[in-house]
Amino acid sequence: MRVPVSWLAELVDLPAGISVEELDEAFVRIGFEVEGVHRPEPTTGPLVTGRVLEIEELTGFKKPIRYCRVDVGEAEPRGIVCGARNFAVDDAVVVALPGAVLPGGFEIAARKTYDHVSDGMICSVRELGIGEDHTGILVVGHGADSPAPGTPAADLVGLDDVVFELEVTPDRGYAMSLRGIARDLAAALGVTWRDPGDRPVPAWSGAPGWQVTVADPDRCDRFSMVALEDLDPAAPSPWWLRRRLTECGIRSISLAVDVTNFVMLELGQPMHAFDRAAVTGPVTVRLARDGEELTTLDGTTRELTGDDLLITDDTGPIGLAAVMGGENTEIGDASSAVLLEAAHWEPTGVSRTARRHRLPSEAAKRFERGVDPEMTVVALARAAELLAEHGGARVVGGLVDVDTRRPRPAVDLDAGLPTRLVGVDYTTEQVVAVLESVGCAVTADGDRLTVHPPSWRADLALPADLVEEVVRLAGFDDIPSVLPTAPPGRGLTETQRRRRSIGRALADAGYVEAPAYPFVGLGVPDTLGLPDDDPRRQVIVLRNPLSEEEPALRTTLLPGLLATLARNLGRGQRDLAVFEHGAVFLGGVGQPAPVPGIERRPDDGTVAAILGAVPDQPWHVAVALTGAREPRGWWGPGRPAGWADAVQAARLVAEAAGVRLFVRPGERAPWHPGRCAELVVGEGDDARVVGYAGELHPRVCAALDLPARTCVMELDVDALPPAPVPVGPPISAFPPVFLDLAFVVPDEITAAHVESLVRGGAGDLFESVRLFDVYAGPPVPPGSRSLAYSLVLRAPDRTLTAEDVARVRAGIVAVVELQGITLRSGDA
Amino acid sequence: MSGANDPYDPKQVAALSAEALDAAVAAAREAFATAPDLDALAAVRPAHLGDRAPVPLARRELGALPPAARADAGKRVNAARVAVTEAYDTRRALLEAERDERVLAEERVDVTLPWDRTPRGARHPITTLMERIADVFVGMGYEVADGPELEAEWLNFDALNFGPDHPARWLSDTFFVAPEGSGLVLRTHTSPVQARTMLARRPPVYVVAPGRTYRTDELDATHTPVFHQVEGLAVDRGLTMAHLRGTLDHLARSLFGPDARTRWRPHFFPFTEPSAEFDVWFPEHRDGPQWVEWGGCGMVHPRVLTACGVDPEEYSGFAFGMGIERALQFRSGVGDMRDIVEGDVRFTTAFGVEQ
Repeated sequence: MRVPVSWLAELVDLPAGISVEELDEAFVRIGFEVEGVHRPEPTTGPLVTGRVLEIEELTGFKKPIRYCRVDVGEAEPRGIVCGARNFAVDDAVVVALPGAVLPGGFEIAARKTYDHVSDGMICSVRELGIGEDHTGILVVGHGADSPAPGTPAADLVGLDDVVFELEVTPDRGYAMSLRGIARDLAAALGVTWRDPGDRPVPAWSGAPGWQVTVADPDRCDRFSMVALEDLDPAAPSPWWLRRRLTECGIRSISLAVDVTNFVMLELGQPMHAFDRAAVTGPVTVRLARDGEELTTLDGTTRELTGDDLLITDDTGPIGLAAVMGGENTEIGDASSAVLLEAAHWEPTGVSRTARRHRLPSEAAKRFERGVDPEMTVVALARAAELLAEHGGARVVGGLVDVDTRRPRPAVDLDAGLPTRLVGVDYTTEQVVAVLESVGCAVTADGDRLTVHPPSWRADLALPADLVEEVVRLAGFDDIPSVLPTAPPGRGLTETQRRRRSIGRALADAGYVEAPAYPFVGLGVPDTLGLPDDDPRRQVIVLRNPLSEEEPALRTTLLPGLLATLARNLGRGQRDLAVFEHGAVFLGGVGQPAPVPGIERRPDDGTVAAILGAVPDQPWHVAVALTGAREPRGWWGPGRPAGWADAVQAARLVAEAAGVRLFVRPGERAPWHPGRCAELVVGEGDDARVVGYAGELHPRVCAALDLPARTCVMELDVDALPPAPVPVGPPISAFPPVFLDLAFVVPDEITAAHVESLVRGGAGDLFESVRLFDVYAGPPVPPGSRSLAYSLVLRAPDRTLTAEDVARVRAGIVAVVELQGITLRSGDA
Repeated sequence: MSGANDPYDPKQVAALSAEALDAAVAAAREAFATAPDLDALAAVRPAHLGDRAPVPLARRELGALPPAARADAGKRVNAARVAVTEAYDTRRALLEAERDERVLAEERVDVTLPWDRTPRGARHPITTLMERIADVFVGMGYEVADGPELEAEWLNFDALNFGPDHPARWLSDTFFVAPEGSGLVLRTHTSPVQARTMLARRPPVYVVAPGRTYRTDELDATHTPVFHQVEGLAVDRGLTMAHLRGTLDHLARSLFGPDARTRWRPHFFPFTEPSAEFDVWFPEHRDGPQWVEWGGCGMVHPRVLTACGVDPEEYSGFAFGMGIERALQFRSGVGDMRDIVEGDVRFTTAFGVEQ
């Protein structure tokens, strides 16, 4: 909402000398965010009004040029050359005399042009820096209705004016008008003001000026109309009115339209002017019928739905109620008879129609936020008066006023409630004074207040709404700062601690966290080569995605992480290890969630149904690696990232989560089938696959344009079991025995399995084991490889003997031999 | 050598004479002192301290002396032996010290060589900032509550007093889940966690809910469709806006230093009444100390309390929420939102592992 200070000053007795900064601060204090403060660029030097005395049309030039004699209040008129043609003799214009400097540093001097000396310039709105209009020069009056020639023009055109651009929150429809802003500002500053809505309404006599039926009083509880005739369609809007529209960002169109817009700005009541000659028969307000269409004033033909409210005549729709008029009844160049309409519409219906047709018109913006229903007739009177004064129009017939409003209930307010909710001691008198200053009628019975909110404040319905008015106008700055005492909390949950630990562990291991947007394309499952029955194909799709390319939500973290990898590669990185942990959206959409009312808590079944309708969103963690995991350096060559790094990342995650992880060969898209580890927690019947790690399938690397052998891991953190409380192991102070054993192991037996056999065979004396070498090639027979382990043996209660070691070794050999594993010759 | 039966005159045993012993000591000292290194010293050692060296040989003659002469000569020999040994030890210590010094000097390395064999990792600053904020509240006794990003429309809007056609519902630029009528949205704020919390437990409730949120804004320097908020909710007997201010001031000081504080402006949110937006005074702003817009707050709307089963006659509550990207932008001087969301490792690495 744009608010010119000069307009405000007409309504509010602003304190003398109040600065723009003080006004800015006052607006913000009462909840109107200042989005901008607009001032015209400065103009210096003589700028006066002039009266055009003579116009000589110059010919022989490329374009029509006028040489004018203009009275600028001096002894002799001045001769001025002008290229515009939108003015006539006796018009009042704005003249920049030599010596003036207009916005943009445009210096005016007497100069010879088109064979004449031009002794100044007749200015357009744009040249004066007060608007964009450059279609002609600015005419500020005609004949007797003009300022005296030579009058300084700065004031008249608003060069010194300041326009505030205020953000009005959706609950404050009343503030979409000078009337509403002025009232609140006066209350905030503690000054008096004049309500432009407080004006007498003429007693128009006679039969109603038009026949009107409101078929849907729920959507329109007041519809007012007057008919006017004898409007001079050529009558221009006076400059002061055009100036107000310009300052408020509204284009001047014609007197009739300008007046309705002006009244909307002044009183907050949107209006519409129909060309009476184009309206056929009685007007009916009704819902649209399927298949009906209306071409609105913006030239768009709109298909209507049964929820759109219409203003119709015998021919069909003539206006999209509360939103925009129809082209078929638009005021034209020759319209001299007008039907002026001002109504009150139900806000949510307006909101739906405006949204459906993507038409956030000035009218709709006001009606959906709430408009004062008392203003319809006042606005008609104000508009009729202006049209009479400036266009010669007169009201014919009586007022149409279909008024089916229901009375509004009063709000009972405990005068102590503001104090209890705000924490500032307000007296009952203070509470009453604030409420009265915003227009409430208050009757007090001790501390029990009965508050009748004013007609323009549909938002004041509950005691809390009234409390907000009290604290808003009494000032937020008075609220003290007091720290409440919360009951003792239990700190972070295990899940929350686990997520933090996992992030830290990966970062400590050299992974960089790179959260991606969860939006993915529908082709992603194919790119990843997911089988047809893969649950990750069951994506949830958005109705209104930002990009049609990516309408779905991720079911795996990999697409986003790999895109991040690619973006970093594109920016010149070569060695990358990134991770993300976050929600994925699995399972698709099930039963719609119920949408109960909010008058009370829904019953437990309904609450459960709401919660149950929300799809599963498990927390996953994923890593992706490419390039060197360890860089080359003066210590030697680098080490490329490989499948083992991805698997190790999973082990790190499990360790951070306090969970034992088992790794076994797996096969899963999008991994390389021979280089994919299945990640398992639990044993036996409790074993559960929680993720996969390894090298990406070469086809996926190629499809995503990623370097060969890019490696990834993804794991469902929520699937990890709770971490057991760690048990402290007994620590033996007796010396260890170190035992190295190498085995010839058939390729199909995994290292993990061999290790478990070694552990099992070593018995009670086992302390730890570590694989220190893997070798394939002669003399190890083909189809097998050598795995060399270093064991530490120790007894809790004694020093081990050679016999002990021999027994352990024999035990291990006996166990592994059952699986076809032999001790390497030479170690035997 | 003298015969065993000769009357013995010690002065006649030349090797035991003071002159001979002095000469042997002098010779030894000279030899040791001129040995240039430990090897040379070891080489000359036998000539002066070996079994066949003059002083040990002289010592062997002592037995032949009559007891009267033996004591005197013995003292001389011992003195000589000690002198030679000392000379040797002194020289050896000196040479060893010289050698050690040389060897250690030779072993000098360039300690400035890099050893970044495992590259640095980093956590995203949005993550760590959310944790930091959550920790401030945990310190005040709050618990951290989580909620899903894909949320029931009823919890995201209705329960928070957004009427079905309230313009605010549409102004918040919501991502809706297909098909129409699914009743699901990507949550536009962390506020549905308020409703979830109140539906699940009885007051007193003090929770903070950090998380990811969504609005249909295109990504540019100041907007991102996917962003983060931290929501706070307290429901208890007797809570006022003064408690809300105290809480926000405490958070501001914890994050932005002891001079930070908040300033409020009236605003509108469907789920709070009264409502305010708040700014924080940030003394360390890179463009100088200033107020920075940060979030919204207010007293929980009685309709929200009612919808979630809390009696507004008995309890009052306050709620607040703030943008994490915004806080990161001014706290760490990040000019362009895209740097926060694009996952460029250069950006994130600059923040390190920040705990």
